[in-house]
Amino acid sequence: MSKHIFAIFSDEDVLMENIKPLRAKGVKIKDVFSPFPVHGMDHALGLKSSRISICAFLYGMTGLGLAILMTRYMMITDWPMDIGGKPSFEWYKNVPAFVPVLFESTIFCAAHGMVLTFYLRSKILPGVTAFVPDLRMTDDKFVMQVELKDESTESEVTALLKAHGAEEVKEYGK
Amino acid sequence: MQQESPLRKALILGDKSLHDITEDVCRPIEGKASKAWKIAFTVSAAALLWWVICISITVGEGIGMWGINNSIDWGWDITNFVWWVGIGHAGTLISAVLLLFRQKWRLSINRAAEAMTIFAVICAATFLLSHIGRPWLPYWLFPFANQFGSLWVNFNSPLVWDTFAVSTYFTVSLVFWYTGLIPDFAVIRDRAVARGDKARKFWYSLLSFGWVGSAKNWQRFEEVSLVLAGMSTPLVLSVHTIVSMDFATSVVPGWHTTIFPPYFVAGAIFSGFAMVQTLLIITRKVLNLQEYITIYHIDMMNRIIMITGSIVGVAYITEFFIAWYSGVEYESYAFINRATGPYWWAYWAMMTCNVITPQLFWSKKLRVNIAATFIISIFVNIGMWFERFVIIVTSLHRAYIPSEWAMYSPTWVEVGIYLGSIGLFFTLYLLFVKFFPVIAMSELKTIVKSSSSQAKKKGAHHHE
Repeated sequence: MSKHIFAIFSDEDVLMENIKPLRAKGVKIKDVFSPFPVHGMDHALGLKSSRISICAFLYGMTGLGLAILMTRYMMITDWPMDIGGKPSFEWYKNVPAFVPVLFESTIFCAAHGMVLTFYLRSKILPGVTAFVPDLRMTDDKFVMQVELKDESTESEVTALLKAHGAEEVKEYGK
Repeated sequence: MQQESPLRKALILGDKSLHDITEDVCRPIEGKASKAWKIAFTVSAAALLWWVICISITVGEGIGMWGINNSIDWGWDITNFVWWVGIGHAGTLISAVLLLFRQKWRLSINRAAEAMTIFAVICAATFLLSHIGRPWLPYWLFPFANQFGSLWVNFNSPLVWDTFAVSTYFTVSLVFWYTGLIPDFAVIRDRAVARGDKARKFWYSLLSFGWVGSAKNWQRFEEVSLVLAGMSTPLVLSVHTIVSMDFATSVVPGWHTTIFPPYFVAGAIFSGFAMVQTLLIITRKVLNLQEYITIYHIDMMNRIIMITGSIVGVAYITEFFIAWYSGVEYESYAFINRATGPYWWAYWAMMTCNVITPQLFWSKKLRVNIAATFIISIFVNIGMWFERFVIIVTSLHRAYIPSEWAMYSPTWVEVGIYLGSIGLFFTLYLLFVKFFPVIAMSELKTIVKSSSSQAKKKGAHHHE
């Protein structure tokens, strides 16, 4: 595994301004850890946009489909009930009364499916040990993780990072 | 970098740095509990114990321990259920609707308001469960495969809609709240590691799910928050709409009106914001958060109380007008009976607290006065409780057949459950303020450079 070093910044604007020139100079930025979401960071790092809202839509459609099947089976197929002489043999004639249940099931599946996907994809789960290069990164520091192609370039890259606003450059656990 | 007009009021006072925010929010969690907290917790826990006793009596002896009867089959139980579930709505409104409208003043109050939502819905659920009489069979509320002759729940019934709505609302609010808490738990975890505090390190590592705040994590976090807000907005409107349909789809005079859904939703937001004010005015003082939950925040919430209070007032008057204009005798009688019948005192308590008191907020002086806000918020809480009592009891006690007419008063068990549920609520809230970050730090930190007082000073300087 190649070696990684961590550059600490204390201003998100300084960090953002320097991502582009650093990348242009061939510095391989693996990730940036920040105490809060910094707008435009994903684009600056060249991350693909998240597809999680598409997942939410698909989960929502699944929830709606399941609710349609459930109301159809329980109220029409299995045990049609005569309630005030209203039609009970066709789903589509009953559907106005089922709208609340269809809606709630859609939201239920979309919300929980999306959040579970987020937790699993981002590996945030109970019992996971956090990867914390610097303890201040959840407080007020911004940490840039840089991969070194060659260990011999470490001093060179460190100097470059410091020239581009990094306050310290360190290794993991040190 | 974000820019904001210097004309907008600062949302963080006192020149706070990122680190100051962390310190101020973590201080109550990392320090020892104050004497005030211990006293408040003891009182709340005692009330909770009283709730346990009264609920045990209800479950052990049955619903006969309550004052309800054949005519008035819903009394304080459903009054309290609707009251609590309505209070919950403000939290979702602040965290979801204000997020969609990009109102940044939500940021220092959303965490506490969402906590209030969750605890209020828990209290509401206790009334749903106890009023079904056999609370050991709660799964009968849900569709499940059974051998009772293929008997399913009736999906035409608003009570079934309510089961789906309240359970979806509760679970979705819970994950929305928890997902927002994860980055803040990580802050406390890393501080505990730095100080060598092993117990806190263990618990907050477990709670923070190994969060690190990488660029990809934040990208997904923001998208998840936005989509959850987009879904919670129609969800919260649907919940109180469906609660109102529990009444509106019946044929009881005074309940059978199409105005109910919007009127209930406005009332829910009205009472919820009042409860947020009651809680936050104390919380900001005790936890020393006046620089985050500012007078401006209180002013904005008071404006919402004023507008929703006015909507509720218009709804009361419209109901009365339509009862007369429809020419339906039963409907007209129901409303005249509300105002002049044996429960006139409840009706006028409702009118005074809900229609007159919020109008005081037209005065800017009162909107920015903490004592006045606190008193009015208590009045609104009381008024909204009476609204549900008036709707439920006055309609049922004089229905179509005069031989069914009856009176209702609660027994000490019902009063005990109600007071006990307030104990349950405050016990949970006090645990929350002691162990959880009361302000969403990671979200609030995003506006330090745009909306804090030092950013405003810098901006003003820049413009000169």
